[in-house]
Amino acid sequence: MIVWRAIAAAILLVTGPALLAGEIPPDARRSGYSFMGPDTRAMQDDDTSNPGMLFVLDGEALWGKKMGDAGKACADCHGDARSSMRSVAARYPAFDKTLARPVTLDQRINLCRANHQQATPLPYESRDLLALSAYVAHQSRGIPITAGDDPQLKPFVDQGRDLFMQREGQLNLACTNCHDDNFDKRLAGAPVTQAQPTGYPLYRLEWQTLGSIERRLRSCMSGVRAQAYDYGSPELVALELYLMSRARGLPMETPAVRP
Amino acid sequence: MARASVHIAALIASLACSASADELVPYKIVGDGIPQSLTGAPGDAARGRTLVLARTTTCILCHSGPFPETRFQGDLAPDLTGAGNRWTASQLRLRLVDAARFNPDTIMPSYYRNDGVARVGRNFAGKPILSAAEIEDIVAFLATLRD
Ligand code: HEC
Ligand code: HEC
Repeated sequence: MIVWRAIAAAILLVTGPALLAGEIPPDARRSGYSFMGPDTRAMQDDDTSNPGMLFVLDGEALWGKKMGDAGKACADCHGDARSSMRSVAARYPAFDKTLARPVTLDQRINLCRANHQQATPLPYESRDLLALSAYVAHQSRGIPITAGDDPQLKPFVDQGRDLFMQREGQLNLACTNCHDDNFDKRLAGAPVTQAQPTGYPLYRLEWQTLGSIERRLRSCMSGVRAQAYDYGSPELVALELYLMSRARGLPMETPAVRP
Repeated sequence: MARASVHIAALIASLACSASADELVPYKIVGDGIPQSLTGAPGDAARGRTLVLARTTTCILCHSGPFPETRFQGDLAPDLTGAGNRWTASQLRLRLVDAARFNPDTIMPSYYRNDGVARVGRNFAGKPILSAAEIEDIVAFLATLRD
């Protein structure tokens, strides 16, 4: 860890403000994939054994299905997702001009439902929302993350970083205590990763289903016995945005598999 | 009338008592430890061992130790083997009560504190992580960990 710190400090001197002490330098960033055992990796690597692919297929069907009072499908506006949605998830959460704040991919899908399909919003963690976001994010598989580059997002990235650094909960731990300072160690039996958001929504064996990054963040918060922020809250959006900007350059993996 | 107010006073006293169930017993720091038992009685080392191994107590999320029966031990913190050689009961007690006193940047939680932490979950708000009796049991157990 002292070595990381030294490298981080050196880079800080050379390249200026991007990196704070304790943060992981770009060439040391590693997906949660690299912390997993060979069986879980094999499950992610093979589309026929990756359970997340079932959700991607569901999402593909929903993409083409006419919905809401407008009677329009996603495909009616966006055409073939394989080209129109390529690399989109790699830059989310993205700044929404009308709302003057960042929106997540889940929120964008629900905004499209409300504004263009005149359909009711899909609840967070519902099968249809996970399937649609998995399908859209899958079109970015292998594409390097660029989220957070938009200068309008800066205050929100900063807010997310502050939340990441803030100790909270009865156990009084911050995200950074585990994910910057102690990755590669073990918490009880489980490897502590760098909390890179590369694979969401992803299939978690512990959950036995696909889940969003917000679900993951909320369970880390409950783990330190803090009050988890609500789904869609500005705090969770800011944290997701910070994590995505912190993962800059790492390739997207959706749908990933995790233990 | 006088009788009634005595009753009311007694009622209020008993309410105040149950409301203060989560209040901490006062303790005195001497040097780098707390020499007196928080409960006034010695803890039970066997119960302490069970507590240290219980996931809900959180110790072995970070620590490992001489616990051959469990594979799930952490390595974010020093191995507890020999802790009884390195530290007196008094030092161990303060370490559990408030590890941050030794090192403000430590990741080890302060187990006997009920304020000064942000955004505590509803079910845990206002409560210390461990009770005074649990701290004493764990101190008694750690003191037996001699190489
Ligand atoms: C006490 C240690 C600890 C703290 C504090 C903690 N986490 Fe985690 N986190 C873990 C562990 C253990 C995992 C599970 C690793 C796995 O199996 O994916 C995890 C997983 C994650 C993942 C999933 C990574 C992946 O590859 O999918 C993200 C993202 C994450 N944490 C973010 C956070 C955020 C944000 C916070 C603060 C709100 C936080 N964590 C606080 C221990 C912690
Ligand atoms: C989130 C991590 C974490 C948890 C949970 C935790 N500790 Fe610690 N503990 C540490 C760290 C790190 C140290 C090293 C010194 C420091 O940073 O304060 C330490 C030091 C100690 C020491 C001194 C070690 C030595 O012999 O040098 C003892 C004893 C100890 N802890 C006991 C416990 C007990 C008992 C529990 C549970 C009731 C517990 N710890 C829970 C992180 C933790």
